[in-house]
Amino acid sequence: MIARTIAKSVFSEWLSLLRKSFRLIGPVRQGDQINFAPLAEGEGPDLSFQNTRLSPKEWVQPASERLFQFSLDPANTEAHILKEVPWDETPRLLLGVRPCDARALNLVRINFETPEYTDPWWKHGRDTMTLIGLGCNQPCSTCFCTSVGSGPFDPVGLDILLTDLGSAFLAQAATEKGAALLQGVPQGTEPSASDQSQAETLKKEAEQALPPQVAVDRLKDQPLLPLFNAPFWDEVQFACINCGTCTYLCPTCWCFDIQDEVSGTEGLRMRNWDSCMYPLFTLHGSGHNPRDQKLQRVRQRFMHKLKYYVDKYGNGVACVGCGRCVQFCPVNIDIRRVCNLMNAFQAN
Amino acid sequence: MLTYTNKIQELAKRLLTEGKVDLVIGYRQGTIPMMNEPVQVKSADQTDQLYWDSFCGVNLANYLPRRTERIAIVAKGCDSRNIVVHLQEGQVKREQLVILGAPCQGMLDRRKVWGRLDGLEPLKALEDGQQLIVEGKGFKQSFDRSEFLQDNCAICTHRNPALYDELLGDLVPEQGGVDRYTDVRAIEKLDPEARWQYFEELLAPCIRCYACRNACPLCYCPTCFVDESRPQWVGKGLDQSDIRTFHFLRAFHCAGRCTDCGACERACPVGIKVRQFTKKLEKDVWDRYQFEAGIVLEGRPPLDAFRPDDQEEFIK
Amino acid sequence: MINPYLPYPVRIDQIITETEDRNLKTFKFVFLNPEDEPRFAYHPGQFAELSIAGKGEIPIGIASSPTEQGFIKFTVNKVGLVSSFLHNMNEGEIMGVRGPLGNWYPLEEMEGKNIVIVAGGFAFTTLRSTIIYLLEPKNRSRFNDITVVYGARSPGMLLYKDELAAWEARDDIKMHITVDGTDDPDWKYNVGFVPAITEKKAPGAKDAYALVCGPPIMIKFTQPVLEKLGFPAERIIMSLENRMKCGIGMCGRCSVGQEFVCKDGPVFTLAKLNSLPKEY
Repeated sequence: MIARTIAKSVFSEWLSLLRKSFRLIGPVRQGDQINFAPLAEGEGPDLSFQNTRLSPKEWVQPASERLFQFSLDPANTEAHILKEVPWDETPRLLLGVRPCDARALNLVRINFETPEYTDPWWKHGRDTMTLIGLGCNQPCSTCFCTSVGSGPFDPVGLDILLTDLGSAFLAQAATEKGAALLQGVPQGTEPSASDQSQAETLKKEAEQALPPQVAVDRLKDQPLLPLFNAPFWDEVQFACINCGTCTYLCPTCWCFDIQDEVSGTEGLRMRNWDSCMYPLFTLHGSGHNPRDQKLQRVRQRFMHKLKYYVDKYGNGVACVGCGRCVQFCPVNIDIRRVCNLMNAFQAN
Repeated sequence: MLTYTNKIQELAKRLLTEGKVDLVIGYRQGTIPMMNEPVQVKSADQTDQLYWDSFCGVNLANYLPRRTERIAIVAKGCDSRNIVVHLQEGQVKREQLVILGAPCQGMLDRRKVWGRLDGLEPLKALEDGQQLIVEGKGFKQSFDRSEFLQDNCAICTHRNPALYDELLGDLVPEQGGVDRYTDVRAIEKLDPEARWQYFEELLAPCIRCYACRNACPLCYCPTCFVDESRPQWVGKGLDQSDIRTFHFLRAFHCAGRCTDCGACERACPVGIKVRQFTKKLEKDVWDRYQFEAGIVLEGRPPLDAFRPDDQEEFIK
Repeated sequence: MINPYLPYPVRIDQIITETEDRNLKTFKFVFLNPEDEPRFAYHPGQFAELSIAGKGEIPIGIASSPTEQGFIKFTVNKVGLVSSFLHNMNEGEIMGVRGPLGNWYPLEEMEGKNIVIVAGGFAFTTLRSTIIYLLEPKNRSRFNDITVVYGARSPGMLLYKDELAAWEARDDIKMHITVDGTDDPDWKYNVGFVPAITEKKAPGAKDAYALVCGPPIMIKFTQPVLEKLGFPAERIIMSLENRMKCGIGMCGRCSVGQEFVCKDGPVFTLAKLNSLPKEY
């Protein structure tokens, strides 16, 4: 796959070129955080971050998304019939995404593009998105991508991977789409041997800074019901306040709620992010709630990510080690600790 | 720094061994710097995980409503006031509780530490007297802890527990000459348009995750008003009017009950200063009724009490 | 690309109140676009999301049989926001149906065998679909004896009363209708709880499958009866309910272990259910 060195001095020129074909979305400083937002004309991405507060999943699956619209006007012959909201076909480019977040989209795709059904909005959101990622020279102490099958310079899920060499970026294509973008870019030069070896060194150093801290090897073979009934869940669940922060920040959480809203004679059907942490998530109309206890909900989240997903798809855990939940859980429930408890569990 | 760790462990061990309580709710040391995890300890041989430092900002009173066990609970000034409110509102019984009161010199806000480090990642943060020593890859710096006090702690006037059965240390002097409402007054001075703008910007990052509500010890309704569907009071999307309805209405539900413990702000993943709503209502309750939540056990919060001789005009 | 969230527009053709407390109504829908009907080809045991623009959707088992042409039927219990609104709608109004969704009763597997249907209350709806399908002349000969134990709280709470009477009169199906209690002196059928009647009247388990559908309390007491009769867990077929939204295994809320009730179910054997966490 082709690669180019792009000097930082001409990086914004390259961005201007990209702007001709894409709406650019990149990391932008918002108060004391950095989050992905559309880059205004002339605005460059703020790449001085370890990771964004919110994952970029909202650019593929928005937190609140219109699906259908309808009229309730009795005079309208098409009243009560749902119509798809018009699609925005603008190609978008997500610039500066970390490898963990890009890989997360691949894990989530398995849920939305199945042999039986395809979710048209998720597919559209993903297909109109090109991803230029930025490898992590300085991983956080809470990152554990290397423990779950990824890494700080993992190109899986990306179209192009950038490595920050100091005064330039080494841009490596990871897909045909990425190669086509790099081909003939006037700001790019053929990478020198020292560019390549510097990138290799940065990659090795970053990986060494992330020794395995989470064990996942026994999860697949753990018998399901003994793990489900393990005694450690009581201790794990106590501190949880079911606040939903973990699910909202997590790049592999995808659960959603569908709601209708009406104003006058016009209405829309939309979907919003939802969370298994809330009691309402599983409440039946009859009042029966299979997960009305906090312990059941806390257990569900970890079992889903680290066991059910493993069993169902044979694709490893539904976690990319980004560390956001570890950093921002207000009561410090640490998925690394829980995963190790689950992996080490011995059923009697 | 207040070293209560040993006292908490000692009391917990004694209470559990003597069978005076079924469980102890306290903190254990976190897995990342500047964080601690609330923990339940049910047997005397588990008490050495209990821990205390200046990063114990979580309000443990949040774990009390509708519990039926006999519980020993570590409570700072604000936490103990929330326990008083829980008792007044019938969420837990006095006989169930052994309150381990922690006179507090203020909790530290790790976000302020991050801000000060400007991009450097802290790997260790230890307290030494009034100093906080922060270490990371290639740096070690010492700061005065007062730089990092949580916003609510900096203006706290009730650092000593309002209700307790045991004290973890000597009572601390209360801060004097504190104006709790400078920020509220600044907003009150704004003209309507500027005020609208202020709140619009304040709430722009909200993602309706409800961390603020869930971290709050007062928010214990079995079904929150935002989750009701018959009738549905509030939309669930990110429409600005729905977001504002949620925050304003939640603040009103806390009026006369909020102790400014800061759990809401601490929990918000996108850093919204949620206390800007509750501070205004706290000021109004003080101005109108000279009432502060959770100070005395007797009586009820002013907005759920009515007496025939109530003075206020609006009730007549 | 087919959008699996888009309902087929339908018109309410007929509404029948089934039960004396008026909480259960059967809705007969006709597709506005005739070409949608073959697209909705379904099997007994499946469900669909009934969609009302402005209110939402509810997952309801299909009560009509695929052998009934020109319409689809659903029996809906009035329990929440959408079902209450639906109950107040009138014949001729427009709404949507999305489906068919989920898996179905494994009737092919049951060919050449006896079938014992045990149902209670308004869970009987997909079993109406099944019974009509089985009794269809071109299907009936492929199956052996069919026994049905169906009970409700009182005579007025039984569904499909006319059809029950018609089936009772047939000799290619054995009906054991029961009520928990009644003070009707002309009541011709059984009095007793479904598990008890099952124990008394159901045939043995040799070469037989049991299809069980009902409220949790009925299932709890029927299971030991079926075990006593010798039904192995692989031949006890059950249908689950759970809170649903998307109905196509994407929104995540109906999951039980790694299974989605809406997509990997709602039909599961008892053997399968026993291997899953009891979160339903």
